[in-house]
Amino acid sequence: MTLVSARTQRHDPGQHGRPQGVEPLDRASVPVALTDTEVRRIRNDFPILEKEVNGKPLVYLDSGATSQNPVSVLEAEQEFYEQRNAAVHRGAHQLAVDATDAFEDARATVAGFVGATDSELVWTANATAGLNLLAYSFSNASVGHAGAAAERFMLAPGDEVLVTEMEHHANLIPWQELCRRTGATLKFIPIDDDGALRLEEADRLITGRTKVLAFTHVSNVLGSINPVQELTAMAHRVGALVVLDACQSAPHLPLDLKALDVDFAVFSGHKMLGPTGIGALYGRAGLLDAMPPFLTGGSMITTVSMSEAQYLPAPQRFEAGTQAVSQAVAFAAAVNYLGETGMERIHRWEMELGQRLVVGLQAIDGVRVLGPVAGRDRTGLAAFDVAGVHAHDVGQFLDARGIAVRVGHHCAQPLHRRLGLSASTRASTYLYNTTDEIDQLLDAVSNVRGYFGVDASGERR
Amino acid sequence: MSDLDVLYQQIILDHAKVRTGGDLPESETAAAPVFPGIGQSHQLNPVCGDEITLRVTVEDGKVASVRWNGAGCAISMASASVLSELAEGVVPEELLGLIGNFREVMRSRGKLAGEEEILGDAAAFSGVSRYPARVKCAMLAWVAAEEALRQAVAA
Ligand SMILES: Cc1ncc(COP(=O)(O)O)c(C=O)c1O
Repeated sequence: MTLVSARTQRHDPGQHGRPQGVEPLDRASVPVALTDTEVRRIRNDFPILEKEVNGKPLVYLDSGATSQNPVSVLEAEQEFYEQRNAAVHRGAHQLAVDATDAFEDARATVAGFVGATDSELVWTANATAGLNLLAYSFSNASVGHAGAAAERFMLAPGDEVLVTEMEHHANLIPWQELCRRTGATLKFIPIDDDGALRLEEADRLITGRTKVLAFTHVSNVLGSINPVQELTAMAHRVGALVVLDACQSAPHLPLDLKALDVDFAVFSGHKMLGPTGIGALYGRAGLLDAMPPFLTGGSMITTVSMSEAQYLPAPQRFEAGTQAVSQAVAFAAAVNYLGETGMERIHRWEMELGQRLVVGLQAIDGVRVLGPVAGRDRTGLAAFDVAGVHAHDVGQFLDARGIAVRVGHHCAQPLHRRLGLSASTRASTYLYNTTDEIDQLLDAVSNVRGYFGVDASGERR
Repeated sequence: MSDLDVLYQQIILDHAKVRTGGDLPESETAAAPVFPGIGQSHQLNPVCGDEITLRVTVEDGKVASVRWNGAGCAISMASASVLSELAEGVVPEELLGLIGNFREVMRSRGKLAGEEEILGDAAAFSGVSRYPARVKCAMLAWVAAEEALRQAVAA
């Protein structure tokens, strides 16, 4: 194998970068959704999808939790270890230079994928780590660690952090804790019975006291897409910082963080065909450099004395210690795969799958779908409740047919409580799911109540 | 019998519906009663949200009743129901022994089968031990009973 740098790979995806079976698009034409035929060929790139589970072909409908990896991603990680593994940003030997190039090229690739530049993208372990980084940096700013330059990030009693009622715990608890540390108040934008954000309430809640507005782009339970630009404009009008949880959007739709005008965003590699252990925090140019660090130590400093240290600018300032280098390289291979396939086409395909899910689920007696009803915009996921059957039992029943779904509260307890549930079953799709798989799920779900002897009202017979 | 039917034995599905002892009013569970011979425990499985509040009453040296209030999957609800039936009239020491036996079977990863002469209907849960994710569901009521019983006899 010849040594191809990630940069050349990015411009020419070459032999293993290009997804099988997807015709390169004529840029001038309007992108259309992937087709079932293309998806069936795409599946060949994902070795795990050939697996059998409980004697049945695997039907993987849990990509909202974590996605599967194409061969190009697996190979990128292996190639890094076979050809370029060394410590990055230190050492003067050739391998260290190659490793550093691969690492920084990966950063540029992932940044470009979300409309950012490389200095605006900080590697994190995952989205949760990115949100905690922000919360702890703001809390360090609040006790004066970065001086007056960090005034924008300071919180004190009387200030407010605003989230929504539909947040994943990862975009809730770090803010609860930040408020505890600083004395600021946490508030939330409520949802209506259908799970939609109540924008009139948002308008009322976003005031001069609001310092941070943190919300999810796409709900991991409802599949709804929140109006990012509208909310961001409201927050910016009062000078608040906007933090976007892009965990369920970056993998599934074309994302341009610059166009959305948010100040910060987080996402996780493992939800977008990449490996675990790598994610990213985006921070608008200028903001990251003004923030104090969270984790400190090696690789993030300029001068160190026995009593104090000076820090590198972003992104290095926030990357203390040895980084997840091979994962970053593989993450870049993942977004290359997505980019080659076409995010608009993936998005449209998943919207079709999402509609097929909702329409089918709504037609089953005793099944309640959470979030937007059929015909309304939703991404390719649907969480639902089967009257009288606990989600755990639904999941077990589906697993026996080889169908993998998520059951429980999906790290969104307040949202479930608001909808009168403690748990639900969630089917979530990705670019490799076929309409046939959706139909298998629907068929299985329609047999659940019969198996457990429950009628449509949820009465135990 | 399919693997699924081994897990969800008919006895289990029946108990999940009958829910013996599952009539403890929620309004009564807020504050644990502090009378001699009564113990109460609340258990939560944070993974799936299964929840139970279970009360054990001991009279004349025997378990007089096990009543509970809970929400959860078929396995956890059926297991509470079976336990309520099994426990009535049993000496506390003996019930602790049964709980220990049940726990051993549940943790055996399919290696031990519960004996019907000892565990009665609870032996039907043996299949659960092959599903590590579900063992907690089956154990929930039993862990609650263990704690409540110790309180009841200590009081
Ligand atoms: C909306 C949303 N936010 C945050 C997260 C947390 O992601 P991670 O566990 O990769 O940090 C998830 C994933 O479960 C999610 O769906």
